[in-house]
Amino acid sequence: MWDYSEKVKEHFFQPRNAGVLEGANGVGDVGSISCGDALRLMLKVEPETDIILNAHFQTFGCGSAIASSSALTEMIKGKTLDEALKVSNQDIADYLDGLPPEKMHCSVMGREALQAAVANYRGEVWSDDHEEGALVCKCFAIDAVLIEDTIRANNLCSVQDVTNYTKAGGGCSSCHEGIEEILVKVMTERGETFKPGAVAQEAVAPAGMTNLQRIRKIEAVLDTVRPQLKRDGGDIELVDVEGKTIFVNMKGACAGCQMEALTLQGIQQKLMEELKEFIKIVPTKAGALSRATCQP
Amino acid sequence: MEGIYFDNNATTRVDEAVVEAMLPYFTEQFGNPSSMHSFGNKVGLAIKKARMQVQELLGAEHDSEIIFTSCGTESDSTAILSALKAQPERKEIITTTVEHPAILTLCAYLEKEGYKVHYLKVDGKGRLDLDEYKKLLTDQVAVVSAMWANNETGTFFPVVEMAELANAAGAMFHTDAVQAVGKVPLNLKDTKIDMVSVSGHKLHAPKGIGVLYLKRGTRFRPLLRGGHQERGRRAGTENSTSIVGLGKAAEMALEAMTFENTEVARLRDKLEAGILVKVPRSFVTGDPSNRLPNTSNIAFEFIEGEAILLLLNKFGIAASSGSACTSGSLEPSHVMRAMGIPYTAAHGTVRFSLSRYSTEAEVDRVIAVVPEIIAQLRKLSPYWEGDGPAAEPEKAFAPTYA
Ligand SMILES: Cc1ncc(COP(=O)(O)O)c(C=O)c1O
Repeated sequence: MWDYSEKVKEHFFQPRNAGVLEGANGVGDVGSISCGDALRLMLKVEPETDIILNAHFQTFGCGSAIASSSALTEMIKGKTLDEALKVSNQDIADYLDGLPPEKMHCSVMGREALQAAVANYRGEVWSDDHEEGALVCKCFAIDAVLIEDTIRANNLCSVQDVTNYTKAGGGCSSCHEGIEEILVKVMTERGETFKPGAVAQEAVAPAGMTNLQRIRKIEAVLDTVRPQLKRDGGDIELVDVEGKTIFVNMKGACAGCQMEALTLQGIQQKLMEELKEFIKIVPTKAGALSRATCQP
Repeated sequence: MEGIYFDNNATTRVDEAVVEAMLPYFTEQFGNPSSMHSFGNKVGLAIKKARMQVQELLGAEHDSEIIFTSCGTESDSTAILSALKAQPERKEIITTTVEHPAILTLCAYLEKEGYKVHYLKVDGKGRLDLDEYKKLLTDQVAVVSAMWANNETGTFFPVVEMAELANAAGAMFHTDAVQAVGKVPLNLKDTKIDMVSVSGHKLHAPKGIGVLYLKRGTRFRPLLRGGHQERGRRAGTENSTSIVGLGKAAEMALEAMTFENTEVARLRDKLEAGILVKVPRSFVTGDPSNRLPNTSNIAFEFIEGEAILLLLNKFGIAASSGSACTSGSLEPSHVMRAMGIPYTAAHGTVRFSLSRYSTEAEVDRVIAVVPEIIAQLRKLSPYWEGDGPAAEPEKAFAPTYA
């Protein structure tokens, strides 16, 4: 049995705003065929103010899908469309006091339904751009498609690389066999053979770099992880370098989230490999204090 | 715990008489059956008795054909790997698309090791096409593994006939009978079946004890090597308490065999009919005319299984579902997919599995509760409108899929 929070159970057993909404002027239908969950979100928007006067849902899905839908309607009622669109899937999960990692896609579905409904109201067509694969890393809810894409985009060749870039495999490590299989597949495509125990990409960093070379090198490393962070709706910025301490600013969705420490650890590891020296990465205050909205 | 337990295909309650039979072997008779002294001697005798009790239940010719293992999964792995090791010149396996993961995951691994695995398809009722099977039976096939009864639908495969065919083609035949043993009479000595997997916890014995039946004369290569326990075919000090428990449970299952196939079947039929008549758009999956006496798998269209289970649980009713969301995998049941059940129904399948401890009152209670639960969830479903499915449900709701 899933370990659902009391809040999830409450929203499942007494869903709010369930059923057809008469006079809805924005409707979003989305679903995830792999899990068989599907959701229709209906909005009644006041045209003059863009305020969501009412929101209802109909859901074909499991307990957490129904609870996420119910929570979403409660969260967006009374908000303007733009305010509502700021609700992230992590916000939905937080509202419910958390969801099991396998169920995070239920909150993603809620967020997608919201985007679709707003697009429908505005007369636009919403199309989904993210593909969902089989869940590989259960600790951090990372699926096969994301791992495969990341390996391909960054020419990764070790499980450690994959953990650094995606967090997958950074927890209980029971998915390392699965990650190795994906590595073997992608590396075979690019004509390489997977060698267990290989360390991250060849470092070309020479000893005795000038300060400028060093900073460029750091920037280059940050550039390689940036696409990953952007996927999660975040970013990273180099603030300053003081000797062995590198100050960065975590921005957007990744700031302050529970994964931040882990992400930074991965980046730190990578920087050390590239610079061939011991360094410490420190997030600046601005980052550490902002809202927790990391999308896993 | 008070509650209605209709999930006996998942696991069963250990019978009190079984516990009683086991208890002395934790404390008074704790010896190692391999020891020379009298501490071990009695234990050895108890294991011998248990072996004969299991032999009786399986209808095996010799008690030496019974090998105790740690679980059904170990028996499955041992059987298949042994068949491959014993016949290295044969590189193919035949199995079915609806086996338990204990077989399917192993086969997927063996494919990576270079073996060719043929997966027999099933039709809409979960039945095999024996002509397809016959065509695949070549001298390349080391082993055929087909389950006696499916754990989700209860549907039987014609394993006795399939074993004859395999035997004629010189291939070994294994069956995962974990769900069948204790629920249907077996007479292995009159079959050509070489290997059979059994799991104690499905027949009111403890978890973590299993049996591999190995027909005399079947070539065998052990999985665990070490001491001479189980005649060297499964090394490791015997789980003597659980073996004693399984023996007792086997004896009791044999005594209850008629009851299982009359009274339990009657209750199951009553439950099924009671639900089907009250819930529109619901149907039985698998082959109702050829299945385990205790199992009923019902698909409720347009709603999702986990949601049904959570509401059932609120009423103290335990069942299980083929829905994706009840497993960690996010995949809907491979058994339902193999039978071609549309996903709007496959996700809403619920398995009720009874036991000889199930009562008429429990059945009546479930019949009373289920229709309400289904109606309540359908009110939330975008495929449902008022008292029936939306006109052309697939069109009324055609979401953008991620
Ligand atoms: C058909 C079948 N095979 C194998 C098993 C696994 O048995 P065990 O849990 O003893 O390893 C089960 C039980 O879930 C089963 O239903």
